[in-house]
Amino acid sequence: MIHFEKFTLPNGLRVIVHPDTSTPMAVLNVMYDVGARDEDPNKTGFAHLFEHLMFGGSIHIKDYDEPLQRAGGENNAYTTNDLTNYYCQLPAENIETAFWLESDRMLSLAFNAKSLEVQRKVVCEEFKENYINKPYGDVWHKLRALAYQSHPYRWMTIGEKLQHIEEVTLADVKSFFKKHYNPRNAVMVVAGNVKTEQIKELAEKWFGEIAPGPKYERNLPTEPMQESPRFLELRADVPLDAIYKCWHIENRVSDRYYRADLVTEVLGGGGSSRLFQALVKEKKMFSNIDCYHLGSTDAGLLVIEGKLVKGVPVKDADAAINEELEKLKTNGISETELEKIKNRTESAMAFEDMSLANRAASLANYEMLGDANLINTELKKYQAVTASEILEECKQVFTNNNCSTLYYLSNN
Amino acid sequence: MNRKIAPPIVDAVNFNLQLKPYQYFTLENGIPVYCIDAGEQEVLQIEWVFYAGNWFEQQQGVAAATNFMLKNGTSKKNAYELNEAFDYYGSYCSRSCYNETASVSLHCLSRHAEKGVSIIAEMISDSVFPEKELEIFKQNSKQRLQVNQKKCEFVAGRKIDGLLYGEKHPYAAYTSETEIDALDVALLKTFYQQYYLQGSCVIFVAGKLPAQIIGLLNAHFGKMPLKKPGYLLSPVPVNPSPEKKWRIKNDEQAVQGAIRMASSFPNRHHPDFKKAVVLNNIFGGYFGSRLMSNIREEKGYTYGIYSYLQNHIQESAWMISTEAGLAYCEPLIEEVYKEMKLLRETPVSSNELKLVQNYMMGSLLGDLDGPFHIIAKWKNIILNGLGEDYFYSSVDAIKNSKPEELQALAQKYLQPENFYELIVY
Repeated sequence: MIHFEKFTLPNGLRVIVHPDTSTPMAVLNVMYDVGARDEDPNKTGFAHLFEHLMFGGSIHIKDYDEPLQRAGGENNAYTTNDLTNYYCQLPAENIETAFWLESDRMLSLAFNAKSLEVQRKVVCEEFKENYINKPYGDVWHKLRALAYQSHPYRWMTIGEKLQHIEEVTLADVKSFFKKHYNPRNAVMVVAGNVKTEQIKELAEKWFGEIAPGPKYERNLPTEPMQESPRFLELRADVPLDAIYKCWHIENRVSDRYYRADLVTEVLGGGGSSRLFQALVKEKKMFSNIDCYHLGSTDAGLLVIEGKLVKGVPVKDADAAINEELEKLKTNGISETELEKIKNRTESAMAFEDMSLANRAASLANYEMLGDANLINTELKKYQAVTASEILEECKQVFTNNNCSTLYYLSNN
Repeated sequence: MNRKIAPPIVDAVNFNLQLKPYQYFTLENGIPVYCIDAGEQEVLQIEWVFYAGNWFEQQQGVAAATNFMLKNGTSKKNAYELNEAFDYYGSYCSRSCYNETASVSLHCLSRHAEKGVSIIAEMISDSVFPEKELEIFKQNSKQRLQVNQKKCEFVAGRKIDGLLYGEKHPYAAYTSETEIDALDVALLKTFYQQYYLQGSCVIFVAGKLPAQIIGLLNAHFGKMPLKKPGYLLSPVPVNPSPEKKWRIKNDEQAVQGAIRMASSFPNRHHPDFKKAVVLNNIFGGYFGSRLMSNIREEKGYTYGIYSYLQNHIQESAWMISTEAGLAYCEPLIEEVYKEMKLLRETPVSSNELKLVQNYMMGSLLGDLDGPFHIIAKWKNIILNGLGEDYFYSSVDAIKNSKPEELQALAQKYLQPENFYELIVY
């Protein structure tokens, strides 16, 4: 059970406090309800570039990192397709330093031209390091564009192309800040060796005077139902052939999400999972194979990806995956298998909750989804899933018309 | 309220950090067990460390293959049944092979400890190394290696160790496809006999411990013919490359180069080590470091640049590691030398030193959070043979570093002529 209290400041900022006296540390986590899905299709990669600019100095404070490090703190941030998260961890005695820094950049950035110039280059290097200069590095650009036709999940958080990053202007940065970075679009979690009363005072002192700003009304194009199988074949200078397949699944708060999540455990969770056992160990067609989903807020994707053993024809390998899916759709899973995947889920959640920073980010994320207390109630939702619901989910998800397949083939 | 003024802080450098002491037990056969009982979650981690790293192999790849294959079949259970035995309870069993040591770890909910411990005992005492499992392992390892060799950073990471230690030294003896091909069941069984069945072992336990944990370990491991380790091994001489500057073409389509710069450095027992860690932080050890501030935040040459002291027991190295666009690689190396020069010629200001001291203390405090972090600190101390007060003397070194001492260390170690310089692109 993870204890927390929640209050909302008059300007709309939601604050969650999770006291834990077993640690000397405190975490301050601010999550903004903006991600790559909120970008203009002609300016992709912007939310992530903006995250970098949040460290380029705020209205009253020249440098974000230095005072935090001086207070014994560390910080980091990440951007996903759905949200942008900033967290810092520091000795609990110095928690006010984090309030000072985070509130000032929510108030206003310094909008420094030099910072934009440098971070534009840094992000371009990040783009090259992760998505160009690696074998199979561009696969998610291609796969997202294949699976999504309308929804902005069709591009990655790093952006569709380097050119979009290169063209960003300071005016773009200012308007993005105005639109998304304000108390009404944020959730703050303070966790660790703190008291709720003390956090209330600090929140009012540092964040209370920030203007509420406009509420961002998200109005994204919905992805139409996929009506026929999609297929793409690529050739590149990679050593091994690979297959990527994905299917649309329901959004994060649907009951069907939990079923789909468990299906990925059946197929890809651990050394005893179905795909690994059948296709790596028994048929020896793949050298590795994984099954997972993207964990997105809006309707997501369930993915199977694997690299083929040399000499195995790609069509045979693809057929072997489909054969496993057919078995699942016909026979479903046993009660033992159901028990196993639920045990694995319980264990994974317990290990994840060991870290204070993880608990803080989870609370913020659940609050964004509508209810912070999901952190305590989600396990029950998994435990309530039945074998027949899993069977039903497999029948609904694993249809040809719902499937996109990408063959990533070796030139050699 | 004036937002330009920072709220008052407690200087982390004044904190009185405590490393929670371990509980120590020995099993009937003398195997040492170090325990940390702490934490809020009902979870447990047990690590069996064997002196079975690549230090002991006669042929490259044998130690790693033997370690990996421990989970691929006993006389009673095949690989699938072993996996299932862990997976069913949501437990994780992982294997890792290092240089001196190789280990088997269990992560599980505390209430499932017994099931996991009994399966691991079966793996340690009764592994059979099935031929067909080894063939799959070899094929998949070779394929993984082929993918990795396309990555400049992978190639650079292997090459720099080869330059520092010589390619036959255990710290640089990476396996090639030919060596993977040469592995066979007989080699693995011989290695297993000597270094696991009758090997040297030490156990580290952390988490919310079930009351009977020692009884449980004794029942399953206390009668095995295992020995208590001697910890420190006789050194293997290094054979560093005489040629310092390397530019290697690996990928026709590369848009970035992987850069490694490194110079040999003594191990943790050397009197310079602890304060060199402080100097390293200033140089390239954290986000606010000189290298990061200049090369990323000022020039935008890279997504990230770090320096660190390699985590080895016998011999270490001072390493700088980064990836940068092809046009930035050579200017980036020049900037690294400039930063070395600055540290040699100008003492660090007391302001910057205080910042780094506070940062390091805060980071250490965060690192003591939770049983798994605490046991990791102790494991490092024990396997390096460092003595019980090492944690506290490291803290003292952070608190008491003086600008002139750090400058003297920079003059001694941050000399360009000592550094290998490698770009793989």
